[in-house]
Amino acid sequence: MRLTRSYRFSASHRLHAPALGEEENRAIYGKCNNAWGHGHNYVLQVSVAGRVNEATGQLVNVGALDALVRETAIDPLDHRDLNRDVEAFARLVPTSENVAIEIERRLRQSWPATFPALAGVRLLETKRNSFEILS
Amino acid sequence: MLITRRVEFSASHVCASPQFTDLQNHEIYGAAANPHGHGHNYVLEVTLEGEPDPVTGMVYDLKKLKDVLNEQVVGRMDHRFLNVETPPFDRVVPTAENVARQIWQWLAPEFRDTAKLRNVRLFETEDLWVDYAGED
Repeated sequence: MRLTRSYRFSASHRLHAPALGEEENRAIYGKCNNAWGHGHNYVLQVSVAGRVNEATGQLVNVGALDALVRETAIDPLDHRDLNRDVEAFARLVPTSENVAIEIERRLRQSWPATFPALAGVRLLETKRNSFEILS
Repeated sequence: MLITRRVEFSASHVCASPQFTDLQNHEIYGAAANPHGHGHNYVLEVTLEGEPDPVTGMVYDLKKLKDVLNEQVVGRMDHRFLNVETPPFDRVVPTAENVARQIWQWLAPEFRDTAKLRNVRLFETEDLWVDYAGED
């Protein structure tokens, strides 16, 4: 059994690799390299997998999952400028690939032993782009 | 090849177990333990696996699939109070996990020949869904 829960957060970012020159950054990232940044309504889907607890009929307590995801992934990113407000992206380019990797790493680090396994995270930057990591 | 059909049904339920006290039920199920129940617009995606028939070019007749889903799932649950009207949820807590497993039990025997039941995905809301493929 696999259970997936969907969350939302809004954040701004600028895609700019410090190792590359101005022109190269513009060529690689296009509009996403705009000096003043821009934002997205991100959707984060977190999946857990394991056996259902026969007493409760639950794979995981969704309230407890929500609390963990909000505390470790949503609250630190929501309504922030990723480049300036989130330590992990001070030097690392906040592409959605890197944001998904950072979220998955944070979740894995704080994942309680009592939870079923973290199966993966999927980050939707817009309705058209999504990035998935299988844990 | 995988083919997936989506159906919707609306139902009410209470998530609480007689094994637990009221306080425990509230801790485990939160607002879903409200004794008078609440409802959802459930969305079910049923995935079958098989090879297209060389003559018809179809893995499974979609009209027949629609009829099976209506008979086995929608007819039993649509516009029902699951805990009262839809066995086994008079004794099994109708969490999304248990509803998905029960849907699997109802559907699996229908697909024993060419196309096999591969997965059921049940959305309780747009933000919460479970996938079940018959595992323990």
